[in-house]
Amino acid sequence: MDFATFLIQLLNSVQYGLLLFMLAAGLTLIFGIMGVVNLAHGSFYMLGAYLGYSLSGQFGSLTLAILGGAVLAVVFGLALEWLLFRHFYHRDHLDQVLLTFGLIYIFEELRSILWGDDVHGVAIPAMLDWSIALTDTLSYPVYRLFISGVCIALALGLYLLISKTRLGMKIRAGAFNRDMAESLGVNIKLIHATVFALGVGLAAVAGMVAAPVSSVYPNMGSSVLIMCFVVVVIGGIGSVRGALISALLVGLVDTFGKVLLPSMSGMLVYMLMAAVLLWKPEGLFKQ
Amino acid sequence: MSTPRANIEVLPRSVQFSLALGLAALLLFPVVGSDFYVQMVTRMMIMAIFAMSLDLLQGVTGLVSLGHAAYFGVAGYALAFLTPADVPVSLWWSLPLAVAGSGLVALIIGFFVVRTHGIYFIMVTMAFAQMVFYLFFDNKLLGGSDGLYINFRPDASVFGWLPFDLEGRKTFYYFTLALVVLVYVLLRRLLWSPLGRALSGIRINEHRMRAMGFGTRGYKLTAFSVAGALAGLAGYLWGAQTGYVNPELMGFHMSAHAIMMVILGGMGNFAGAIVGAFAFEYLLHVFKDITKHWQLLMGGFIVLVVVAAPRGLLGMLGQRRAAKTQEDPHHG
Repeated sequence: MDFATFLIQLLNSVQYGLLLFMLAAGLTLIFGIMGVVNLAHGSFYMLGAYLGYSLSGQFGSLTLAILGGAVLAVVFGLALEWLLFRHFYHRDHLDQVLLTFGLIYIFEELRSILWGDDVHGVAIPAMLDWSIALTDTLSYPVYRLFISGVCIALALGLYLLISKTRLGMKIRAGAFNRDMAESLGVNIKLIHATVFALGVGLAAVAGMVAAPVSSVYPNMGSSVLIMCFVVVVIGGIGSVRGALISALLVGLVDTFGKVLLPSMSGMLVYMLMAAVLLWKPEGLFKQ
Repeated sequence: MSTPRANIEVLPRSVQFSLALGLAALLLFPVVGSDFYVQMVTRMMIMAIFAMSLDLLQGVTGLVSLGHAAYFGVAGYALAFLTPADVPVSLWWSLPLAVAGSGLVALIIGFFVVRTHGIYFIMVTMAFAQMVFYLFFDNKLLGGSDGLYINFRPDASVFGWLPFDLEGRKTFYYFTLALVVLVYVLLRRLLWSPLGRALSGIRINEHRMRAMGFGTRGYKLTAFSVAGALAGLAGYLWGAQTGYVNPELMGFHMSAHAIMMVILGGMGNFAGAIVGAFAFEYLLHVFKDITKHWQLLMGGFIVLVVVAAPRGLLGMLGQRRAAKTQEDPHHG
């Protein structure tokens, strides 16, 4: 592997890792703060991708599609939280698994009714549809850098929100000791709704920005969900920092595995997970 | 982490009576039922074995495995690999081998998963099962996404003498029924054995069990492997009945269906798993009959069941008992 190929794979793995982080961060926050297993998290990613597909076709502008799609997804998430999820914060995991499994069925069918079962491509916006030449023969698509850029910006925003703002303080307080926070006047219901909407929004935006690269297709949610689980298990539940590091790790192992060990690339990520479980059953950065 | 809900282990007389009636009905059914329904009920019974195997984890030990279909599928594939293209394979060695294979896969995966708890356990079982799924899905040698055909049902002959012929629909039906009864009796025995009592203890309070000197990890691994092997028995039968295996058998929907069956019927007593498997498969059949958008109905139904939170059909009886005896302090 020469240096340019190496660089391309490195950029690809970082991009994939950052994308996984967007999803895993929402998942881990919803676990960590509300204690909810959300199998339907992948469906929000799928929802985002399909919304992006429709909206970018409608507006002809990806920026508008992302903004509009994010708003729609967040509203949808809030409605879902209010209607169903808030009743499940204190139920056992089994109930949460079943609820969100039922939701997967509903979302999949709705997707099939609304958008059909075909694979759709999403056009890369003209402004971002060019490549940077790395060597005479190799170049790197700018759109992939754009995906990484969006993810980094959102990750930074998330970090600032949680660690520097008043809202973030309340979120942390609620995660640390719910009853204590509540008795100190934190509106925990509002916090939960906010965190949930945040998770949904992150997943949906991830789906939207990834759509031009991965295209949109049925069941795209479930495969990404499994990867998110792997990331969260490696990183440790509730740890956003752990999710970031393990998402990048998973991105590296997966991308380079496909190049260096194509025959067993599918297994490598799980082997990584197994190794981490042997070493630290609660993940690398258990909170 | 929350413990799964209280369950009834001692079946009330009324339930025992219903089970006996159900068994009688199943024994008589092929006499009156058409071929189509005989096959459908056979499939329900296969799923009942699958559901019972999961109940050992979910209802008895309190471990929610979201990857149980992996072991189901592995045995189905084992049968596909063991059956030559032009002749049947002998039942007498292929069945034990397939079941042992599933148990072994469960033992290996279990070694990793029993180190985890609660939410982690759910996610890790699902992730490992998905790994097995993709192993078969992506691998042309293992059949790939198209799956594999099994041209013949296993052959039950012993040194040229054929006690029963599984190619016959009714014979296969009774063979499956016999295995349902066998698995049920074995699991009920196990429930009241020292191992079963230890597993129940782990569900109710694992810390206390450890403090009393039980190596809970070993117990959980045992339960996980036994459950995997029994899931394999169901998967073997599935492969034999349908003559076809594909990666979907190990998929996440299959695992979730098993969970749903156990919930629907009521956890922790194996009778509920049987009832739940029948009820769930029947519903699936009805929904698919009504509309091609059956997933919408199924999803709606699942959400409704969880929101309304009945503890399964048999579990409703258990709820009353649990309220009386208060055997599980975590859930009122």
